[in-house]
Amino acid sequence: MFIINCPYCGKRDQVEFSCGGEAHIERPKQPTELSDDQWAEYLFMRKNIKGVQFERWNHTHGCRKWFNMVRDTSNDKIHATYKMGEKPPIK
Amino acid sequence: MSNELRINKNNFIDQTVRISFKFNGKKLFGFKGDTLASALLANDIHLVGRSFKYHRPRGIMTCGSEEPNAIVQIGSDPASTEPNVRATEIELYEGLEAFSQNCWPSVNFDVGGINNLLSPILPAGFYYKTFMWPASFWEKYEFFIRYSAGLGKSPTKADDDLYDHQYAHCDALVIGGGISGVISAKLAAEKGLDTILIDDKNFLGGSTIYQDEESFKINNANSNQWLAREIESLKSYKNLVIKSRTSLAAFHGYNYLLAREALTDHLSVHERKNKIRQRLWKIRAQKVIIASGSIERPLIFNNNDRPGIILSSSIKKYIDYFGVKTGNNISLFTNNDSAYETAISLSKSGVNVNVIIDIRENSDSNIVKEAQKLGIKILWGHTIVETNGYKRIKSFEAMKLSSDGGNIVGNKIKFNSDCIGISGGWTPMVHLYTQSGGKLQFKSNDNIFIPDETKTPSEQISVGSCNGDFELDDVVNNTIYNVKKFISLDKSSYDKINVNCSKESSKKNIWLLPSDKPLHKTKPFLDFQNDSTAKDVKLALREGFKSIEHVKRYTTTGMGTDQGKLSNMHALGIIADTTGTNMGELGTTTFRPPYTPLTFGTIVGRNVGKFFDHTRKTAIHNWHVDNKAEFENVGQWKRPWYFPKNGETMHEAVQRESKAARESAGILDASTLGKIDIQGSDASEFLNRVYTNAWSKLAIGKCRYGLMLNEDGMVYDDGVTTRLAENHYIMTTTTGGAANVLSKLEDYLQTEWPELDVYLTTVTDQYSTISICGPNSKNIIKKIIPDLNLSDENFPHMSFKDSKIDGVDCRIMRISFTGEHSYEINIQSNYANDVWKACMDAGKEFNITPYGTETMHLLRAEKGFIITGQDTDGTLTPSDLQMDWIISKKKYDFIGKRSLYRSDTIREDRKQLVGLLTDDPKEVLEEGAQLVEDINKEPVEMLGHVTSSYYSPNLNKSIALAIVKSGKKMKGKKLIVPMEEKNINVTITDTVFYDKENKRLNA
Repeated sequence: MFIINCPYCGKRDQVEFSCGGEAHIERPKQPTELSDDQWAEYLFMRKNIKGVQFERWNHTHGCRKWFNMVRDTSNDKIHATYKMGEKPPIK
Repeated sequence: MSNELRINKNNFIDQTVRISFKFNGKKLFGFKGDTLASALLANDIHLVGRSFKYHRPRGIMTCGSEEPNAIVQIGSDPASTEPNVRATEIELYEGLEAFSQNCWPSVNFDVGGINNLLSPILPAGFYYKTFMWPASFWEKYEFFIRYSAGLGKSPTKADDDLYDHQYAHCDALVIGGGISGVISAKLAAEKGLDTILIDDKNFLGGSTIYQDEESFKINNANSNQWLAREIESLKSYKNLVIKSRTSLAAFHGYNYLLAREALTDHLSVHERKNKIRQRLWKIRAQKVIIASGSIERPLIFNNNDRPGIILSSSIKKYIDYFGVKTGNNISLFTNNDSAYETAISLSKSGVNVNVIIDIRENSDSNIVKEAQKLGIKILWGHTIVETNGYKRIKSFEAMKLSSDGGNIVGNKIKFNSDCIGISGGWTPMVHLYTQSGGKLQFKSNDNIFIPDETKTPSEQISVGSCNGDFELDDVVNNTIYNVKKFISLDKSSYDKINVNCSKESSKKNIWLLPSDKPLHKTKPFLDFQNDSTAKDVKLALREGFKSIEHVKRYTTTGMGTDQGKLSNMHALGIIADTTGTNMGELGTTTFRPPYTPLTFGTIVGRNVGKFFDHTRKTAIHNWHVDNKAEFENVGQWKRPWYFPKNGETMHEAVQRESKAARESAGILDASTLGKIDIQGSDASEFLNRVYTNAWSKLAIGKCRYGLMLNEDGMVYDDGVTTRLAENHYIMTTTTGGAANVLSKLEDYLQTEWPELDVYLTTVTDQYSTISICGPNSKNIIKKIIPDLNLSDENFPHMSFKDSKIDGVDCRIMRISFTGEHSYEINIQSNYANDVWKACMDAGKEFNITPYGTETMHLLRAEKGFIITGQDTDGTLTPSDLQMDWIISKKKYDFIGKRSLYRSDTIREDRKQLVGLLTDDPKEVLEEGAQLVEDINKEPVEMLGHVTSSYYSPNLNKSIALAIVKSGKKMKGKKLIVPMEEKNINVTITDTVFYDKENKRLNA
């Protein structure tokens, strides 16, 4: 059970949050220009990394804001949380 | 009561308070402070249960939570009886009733004992190997296996005890109240940290609190006296909370821990009334200090499971703590020094210590010398090769070990004993450490796994014997040093501590001790509860199992209620020895929570019955109750299902309601539909992007039906959205989808389209919705809102008007889910009940008929309107639903658009929505029934299934909707619905059954 530092509210218990999968996958601006394969890449393909992973999280039972998280899936260490649209503070 | 086995010594129970209890129906007595186990032993009862597989007689083996054998059923009340309780943990209370488990007809004469004779043909994997074939017999086997292999019996009535959950936040949590836990807690308290000290017993002090020997001194006092004073001193710290009878169950990441506090389990049934039974503590600690101690290991030798064979340290606790002799002529069998402490305690209490069999060649530590001074006989370099006595140990035979320890030499020596204390060394309790994510390292001189400092999650530390320190001076000095560092404490009251103790000078370990008989003729038990032996582990290895996790599951070693706390290490050791691997490389099985079993009651706490989930009720709910509605659960909502009159069945009520709605007027509480208020200068653009159809040109005051897709092109939700003003819309969603739709829209707004000026607010609860439909709906609205111009020109279908009812603002939408001329009144919820009643009064002359969800479903099915979630299941595109008309061809993009022409979504043989008519119009299909074309072709190809099915009173025939492979092209085709008794013939039709021309909307 993580303690998550919501960029808007501060540290809160994990029960207030929900995970929305891999971060930094932008919805294509011109989907109609894409081939089936390119669209499928956006639609279906997600990484499942053992190690440092970038994730989308939502403060569901709080401010309802979406934000991003850098988390090591092997030990659940959260390296950073940052607002949508911001660049990840860690590579 | 026989007092022969009680000694009067300064111990920890109150011998002035007698407590009566029953074991297997027999009335017995014990004293206040006894556990069930100590009271049974004081009554000379060792035989407590039968083993799981062979039904061998088994006795009390330990004095703590690791007990594998003495597990009993507590109580006989069908609601409160509890199975699989460890007799070593249950505190004795007046009126306690306990029963042996897994035996029939009694623990003394158990028919299942025949399995013991059959044991040569019941090896590891017996069930897997035997009951594989023929497969069809499995059901018969299963019944037999379940009947004969049960442990305790579950309660048959609902638990009426109270359970609680509570959060705790602290600076430091200390787990374990033994000597290292007490020292740690005091250090944390001295530092000024808000500290919680948790211990599962009712009394702090662990095993040191009764360690009263000259060989163990702290600051010149015997270790027990020193510790007693330290425990007393803890009371002066206001920042220290001590929770006894509290067992740590789980250690999750980020120092989140769960602990179970037993509040009334030690009280008599009468005293428990109206009290909370157990509390689950949810603890968030800044720092965690694990001082969970260690558990003594048994030795693995032939017939090591007989009642009367007890862990040596437990014998010491029974005599020193409870004042109970576990026998009158006790022998000890050991590979280390700790059994000598037991020997000294017994000897001082006047119990004859027959002999100590020690597999080591010698030892000259102080504690051994102290035992020798007392005249105790020691047989060095020997092992026990056989034990005798079926229901209680009577005698045993010992032989000399060969120099390499792998065999025996010389002659058998026979000893008589009514109890053998065994000690195979100590296993650190690293369960909680590994649950938290810590990794272990193997320490070969003690054959133990201990926390690896370099792979320990931050903000926690393990101290004491759970960290591999077994000598008293190491325990005390290392705990002080490490905890001070951990909490950054410079000076403490322990800085001048002086510990003197006996040090173990020789070590020897043999995981499987040899016997004079060949291995296959012996029974060296590893897992006492599950009856798995060293033979079984070796067999598993011969059969090709290599991973410890596989061997565990194949032999069931460590899979009982005790989770192999005693002998998992021996299983590992035997695997390592047999395969020639290093134990450190082999690793351990995974330690999973809970550390000891939790009751379901503790886990769910107060979240039972009506508190299990939220119940949402509309503002008109009480009217529905008063008018005898039957309710249906829709998500968390309670919705009227139908309103039976004069004992009508559901079918009769729905037929009447459906007819009335079309013939005159029906009224529906539609308040549960999700309502999202959408505002902002980009609101129209936003709707363009989330719905499949176009919204920019929707005039103010008009309503439009919209279909929302997932990005994969599948229908997600639907509903009518109304343009209230230039930049203001109100969207309705399905009842069940409301919360998810709002989340999804928020997600897109925040993450993909932050440039849009749009604000979303849920107003589902703020507005109630009353829907009136039927040819007389107009007349009823006219009576309620006389000054509203209801002409088709002023107020056409799919439009809305702001209005007032008795001065209260409301929105009237002219929209229809039934195909009839309909109005929806949206009004602030606190006025809804009155408006509903006003509608009922106004509609009386038109026989206005309240209807529920079932009639609503029937009426919309007559019109072929889908219900997302019933007719769709996340695999259907708008085109699959024959709703191509709703997909805008002009819009460049909307959610899911690109997916609508993926190669898979344009397949013509996708499942598609169709209508179905039964050849026999009276035959109503079952929803979910399969559709096939050729029943004789094997395998029968299933083309689809029925999604909605009703008997339509307005059409006087059965109608249904279904999804069928290539359904669009199959209009007029005959299919079969195969049912258990018969095949039903159906014909594929259009999805609209009633009023295809939509004339009734303006009727």
